[in-house]
Amino acid sequence: MNSLQSYLLLSSLLFSIGLAGALTRRNAILVLIGIELMLNAANLNFIAFWRYGPAPEVLTGIMFTIFSISIAAAEAAVGLSIILAAYRHSRTTDLDQMNSLKG
Amino acid sequence: MTWIVPNLWLIPALPMFAAAIGALLRQRDRIAAATLAIGSIAISFLLSICALLHILANRTGEQVLTFNFRWFQFGNEWLKLGWMLDPLTAVMLVMVTFVGLLIFIYSVGYMAHDENFTRFFCFLALFAGAMLGVVIANSLLLLFMCWEIVGLTSYLLIGFWYNKPEAAAAAKKAFITTRIGDLGFLIGMVWLYAQSHTLLFYDAGAGCLEHSSLAHLIVTTTTLGLTASSAIGILIFCGAAGKSGQVPLHVWLPDAMEGPTPVSALIHAATMVAAGVFLIARIYPLMAAHAAAVLSPTIALQVVTWVGAITALFGATIAVAQFDIKRILAYSTISQLGYMMMGLGVGGVSVGMFHLITHAFFKALLFLGAGSVIHGCNGEQDIRHMGGLRRHMPITFLTYAAGMLALCGVPFFFSGFWSKDAILHASHNWSISQLPFYMGAIGALLTAFYMTRQVFYVFAGNNRLEAAHDAHNSTNAHPATGHPHESPAVMTIPLVILAAFAVLLGFIGTPAWPWFQSFLDGKPTEFSWGAFLEPGIIPVMVSSSLLVFLGIGLGWYFYGRKPIESADTPDAVGQLQPSIYSVLNHAYYVDALYDATLIRMNTWWATVCDWLDRWVWNGAVQTVSYFVVGIAHLDDFFDAAIVNSGFDEGCQNVSRGGRILSLFQNGQVQSYMRIIGCALIVLVVFLLWGAKV
Amino acid sequence: MTTSFMILAVLTVAGTAAAMGLRNAVHCVLALALGFAGIAMLYLQLGAQFVGFTQILVYVGAVAILAVFAIMMTHNDKSMALPDSHSAWVAGCIVAVAVFAVLARAIVSSSASAQTQPPQPAATVQQIGNALMHRFVMPLEIMGLLLTAALIGAVVIAMDRREEMK
Repeated sequence: MNSLQSYLLLSSLLFSIGLAGALTRRNAILVLIGIELMLNAANLNFIAFWRYGPAPEVLTGIMFTIFSISIAAAEAAVGLSIILAAYRHSRTTDLDQMNSLKG
Repeated sequence: MTWIVPNLWLIPALPMFAAAIGALLRQRDRIAAATLAIGSIAISFLLSICALLHILANRTGEQVLTFNFRWFQFGNEWLKLGWMLDPLTAVMLVMVTFVGLLIFIYSVGYMAHDENFTRFFCFLALFAGAMLGVVIANSLLLLFMCWEIVGLTSYLLIGFWYNKPEAAAAAKKAFITTRIGDLGFLIGMVWLYAQSHTLLFYDAGAGCLEHSSLAHLIVTTTTLGLTASSAIGILIFCGAAGKSGQVPLHVWLPDAMEGPTPVSALIHAATMVAAGVFLIARIYPLMAAHAAAVLSPTIALQVVTWVGAITALFGATIAVAQFDIKRILAYSTISQLGYMMMGLGVGGVSVGMFHLITHAFFKALLFLGAGSVIHGCNGEQDIRHMGGLRRHMPITFLTYAAGMLALCGVPFFFSGFWSKDAILHASHNWSISQLPFYMGAIGALLTAFYMTRQVFYVFAGNNRLEAAHDAHNSTNAHPATGHPHESPAVMTIPLVILAAFAVLLGFIGTPAWPWFQSFLDGKPTEFSWGAFLEPGIIPVMVSSSLLVFLGIGLGWYFYGRKPIESADTPDAVGQLQPSIYSVLNHAYYVDALYDATLIRMNTWWATVCDWLDRWVWNGAVQTVSYFVVGIAHLDDFFDAAIVNSGFDEGCQNVSRGGRILSLFQNGQVQSYMRIIGCALIVLVVFLLWGAKV
Repeated sequence: MTTSFMILAVLTVAGTAAAMGLRNAVHCVLALALGFAGIAMLYLQLGAQFVGFTQILVYVGAVAILAVFAIMMTHNDKSMALPDSHSAWVAGCIVAVAVFAVLARAIVSSSASAQTQPPQPAATVQQIGNALMHRFVMPLEIMGLLLTAALIGAVVIAMDRREEMK
């Protein structure tokens, strides 16, 4: 196993951990940070491929990662504000109780 | 006057129009109804006079004027109708409208106390219109249609007092009996159309009574060696026999006396029963047509003569033994109609028609006089309960006597003598047999006898009315006062006018000046006393006069010598031969015979048809309906059990499936994400390793 | 598989695992910050210095703090008494494990991984700035727009509505 494989394995491990957190945690904020973690794992993937990829002077990986970080930050801000608004409405952040979409 | 021919349709149309309006009037609009009827027939009378004048002015020209038009088309042929004007038509028109006008005026007085006055005049006007339609018709079909309307109005008028069961039964009998005759008429009409392809009488050479059609009909022979023209003539004569009361279809006429007396006068004396005679006169060219090689008269005319002769004698014998004043006159009418038919058969159109015209006047006079007597006696109709009326009702007596003498044929001054004499003269000269002459002569004797008997019973002697007053009920609406009185002027004036004509009309048909016969035959007339010296005329005149005086003498001997004391005195002749007398009184039991045979058969057949209808046809319909209902039930079962449940099951399964699937929608975001995760796994597996495989 | 990589990897995994597993939400977020820091150091090891510093600035310095703020603001007695993972947490873990298994299998068996290590590329800030302004100028501007919208949106959504009703 070379370095690329190990980085990729690491990023997939981080992705799985983030996914596990998003699927199991009860608090909505913690689900959100699980999603942030998944994004981070993807960023790591990008950088790893930039480093070990065929054309690193084009800086594609870095660019993508920069944009990804920006968007993730904006999304985190908006998501947390939504959770705050939902909290104000139902006085709880428990995802189990937010089941109005039940069909 | 040529404008009259295209407008001839007005003559029947005006009374019919009056009837149509009269049908809409209320019961209390009496004056309106009477005015409409009398006014319309008066105008028709004036138009008939115009028609007569036109024909008179046109003696040298075309004798038959027609106005034909197309009615409707079927296939390639057109059915045409039309009306015609010829001497026969003109004479009949004037007679019908004039006598009708007088009887209408008479009815105003006679029916004054009846509450159905309006309906009476409506029916009278309808009858007048239909009868005039029969007269002017140029098409056998149009004639038949008006003929049927005449029969209908006869039914309506005989059964005018329909609450009386005898009147309703008499009306039904009249209609059905004439209908049986009309069946022969219809078959003859259809056969004629099949042979000559037209039902118009005169159509500029193409009519069925004109030369080309007759030539064809003479040549065609049918069963029993008859020519087609004779066979058709005999069939049409069946209809005439029914309508004119010839034996054996005479049974309705005496019962028709149930109707009001003006009806009896108009319909059953003067006009409707004369329609049969008129029909034979109309189709006389058809009945008389024979090939040039044949000399004797045609079979059709022989049949007409024999039937007429038998009827003349038959009616006269029965009239001797009747006690109802109107029934005597009814049987007398049957007898005289027989004379008319005999006259047509032996002597031709002019002989028969002359007697028809004179008979119309004096028979109408006699009936109206009888009505006056009945009115004056407050509804009494049995002559045994009358008597001595010459003192109480002088005008009625004098006019009745004039009519009676005309009917008997008293010589020289009365019209009946000239017309009956013409018939006897023609039958004396008949080549086939002398028997009709002798039958006619015996009939003349009997006619004089029974009329004398009637006059003595009714007008001579003492009044038997009060004595018999309690024993019966009146049929009229008059309150019974018991004392006979003369009728009002509105009833006696028509009597006087008719009496005048009964006398004067004879003078246009004497052998010395045979204007009437020449008018009908289209020949010029001349006045000559020498016509009396032609062979056969004087002997016949003398013998018939002797018979008349013998008859009157016998009548005086039996009934006038000793006045009849009371109503219970048996009839003088009846005492001599009671058994024969009772047979005559019951009119040879013909009605009983018909009842036992034909009526019973008809009832049986009606029962059979009812059974068929109830069980066979009804059963078939019921079976089909049960079958359909059964199929409907089967369909219902299928629909409910199979279609519905199948459909319902399917829908329920869909609902159940939906409900199961909705368990996935639990609103938990993380369970959704779990499923996305599983999907991701499956996708990756498929992409990476599925492609390699 | 150098030693530094192993250390950093262990650090990152431990931090994130703790972030996903701890009971107290604030402890989770703090562990998350540690995890972010570990990822930043991995970026540095890979030679993407700008990204690494950006990672620290944005994630550790903003997102994690923001999450702490959010937890503070939604904190009440009721939420503290809850168990930290809901009833179906086993299924979630199984799914996560399965995802990792599949990804790992894919990574290990792929031929793209068997390569020699290329030399370290140069990724100076000037180059990055150049790229941003020339080749990626459009995404940059859109990103600016997006950030503005997100800023305004977040403020509007999280605003206290009770102030409006006064």
